[in-house]
Amino acid sequence: MKKTSLIQRYWKNKYLFLLLIPGVLWYIVFKYFPIYGLTLAFKDFSFRKGIIGSSWVGLKHFTYLFSLSGFRRAFTNTLIINFYQLLFSFPAPIIFALLLNEIVHIGYKKVVQTISYLPHFLSWVILAGMFMQLLSPSTGALNHLLGVFGIGPFYFLGDPRYFRGTLVVTNLWKSIGWNSIVYLAALSNIDTQLYEAARLDGANKFQEIIHVTLPSIAPIVTVMLIFQMGKLFGDNFDQVFNLYNAAVYEVGDVLGTFTYRMGLRDMQYSLSTAVSLVTNVISFSLVIITNAIAKRINDYGIW
Amino acid sequence: MAVRRSKGETIFLAVNYLVMALLCLSMLFPFWSLLAKSFAAASVPSTQLYFWPSQTTLANYARVFANKNIWIGFGNTIFRTVVGTILSLVMSIHVAYPLSKKYLPNRTFWTSLIVFTMFFSGGMIPEYILVRSLKLYNSRWALIFPILLNTFNMIIIRNYFMSIPDSLEESAKIDGANDLLILYRIIIPLSFPIIATVVLWTAVSHWNAWFDSLIYISDGNKQVLQTILRRIVLEGSLQLMELQGGAMAMEASNVSSEAIKAATVIVATTPILVAYPFLQKYFVKGVLVGSLKG
Repeated sequence: MKKTSLIQRYWKNKYLFLLLIPGVLWYIVFKYFPIYGLTLAFKDFSFRKGIIGSSWVGLKHFTYLFSLSGFRRAFTNTLIINFYQLLFSFPAPIIFALLLNEIVHIGYKKVVQTISYLPHFLSWVILAGMFMQLLSPSTGALNHLLGVFGIGPFYFLGDPRYFRGTLVVTNLWKSIGWNSIVYLAALSNIDTQLYEAARLDGANKFQEIIHVTLPSIAPIVTVMLIFQMGKLFGDNFDQVFNLYNAAVYEVGDVLGTFTYRMGLRDMQYSLSTAVSLVTNVISFSLVIITNAIAKRINDYGIW
Repeated sequence: MAVRRSKGETIFLAVNYLVMALLCLSMLFPFWSLLAKSFAAASVPSTQLYFWPSQTTLANYARVFANKNIWIGFGNTIFRTVVGTILSLVMSIHVAYPLSKKYLPNRTFWTSLIVFTMFFSGGMIPEYILVRSLKLYNSRWALIFPILLNTFNMIIIRNYFMSIPDSLEESAKIDGANDLLILYRIIIPLSFPIIATVVLWTAVSHWNAWFDSLIYISDGNKQVLQTILRRIVLEGSLQLMELQGGAMAMEASNVSSEAIKAATVIVATTPILVAYPFLQKYFVKGVLVGSLKG
């Protein structure tokens, strides 16, 4: 098959490589160099000597890290918070899409979509500012509303009992609309003949959802679930960083915020790089594993 | 087809409409509440401020617009958004095009080299050290160069390029066009929808970015709006609010720091709120293209 050598093939496509090379260089400088920089976890970093020149110290930073209760706490918090997100924030957009799909009035549906996608476009800085006002125990509207029913007030952002719940709910609030897009698309792709057949068989709306709708979107739900599990160690740094405070560190400090405080605030560069390395290796393994599972399911077709 | 509904179905539909309405209300209420606060006169006690203040004033907004830090923030944010988005788009298109060609030598290798970085990165500290060693610290370019390429967006563009029929390219090649000409004259004009989507996504992420400015910029004249907003709203910096006069001065001019915070958030959010409904369809498009082939 191959009549031309590799060099000839590269030469033949020289214009393509002309386009590609600046990008590849960017990836090497801005992505691969920091990856190389992870070796800092095994060195004692000083700005004077640079990453390459700093001296090797073996596993010193890891040994110290694992003995730190702050690290163990951040590790557990990350896992727990992400698990809650998986439990609540994952099914929510699916349910939302199912309900929205039943709305027949096109105009109403459009309005709901427009409004529910909106928070996705606002930064956590803005949203945190908004939630701080809304959730304030003394002047916040939510506690006022709850007060009408004789409940509260709750210090949603300052009480360790409520902080994780607040994180989960505010994240759900921000993402429910946007994350439903994929499912809405899958729902609109379902063959209407299936519904007609179900109707002829005497199925009611509820039975239709169970027997036609859910099986039709099961593959995309599975894929999304698996990818979500791959993110079990990714943390919502932006959200936590803008919402948390020292009063809720014990339940709210996650690996990202811990890395930030260790590294950029306390300038323990090597130690916090060790945290990054641990997190990245675990996250990467999870992605590899979950991808392999996704492939298997797609190939063998459980559904 | 005539739809026959049972009683249960009618109730379900009614409840469903109601649930959706409540959900939308819960999305809009926080904004409303903020708006109410931003118009409140200082004399209105903050505990009575849930739907609309009994006494309104524009003084809070006047203060926000008179604050030079806000304008500095807007200027820097607009700079990074415009320049950053244009450069990102140019880079993304030029990387996406070669990768979309099945005959690119060692295509799998080049693609993997790039996609790998989506799943494994150096993290906060090595990136910070890199920016410092490139002498980008305290430079506006520190907010642009490190995020010049977004792999996910680039792959979405590549997927779109791949969906354009090869026959167009082949006939152009017969007419003697080279790859560059084909990209600029044929592929890009045909890819407007996806380019619009990626431009909007990139612009929004630049507009909303705050962490890079927080760690890479210490010069107050180069801070972006989100960082200034963060210091005003979350840290309550009176200095950045230009409220050094203290409580007496505030009372005299009928403003309160809480109301000014609210007005600041509204001012910073308005550009997105205004543009968003018109651009929504482009925002959504990319999710679908990405999810089909990503």
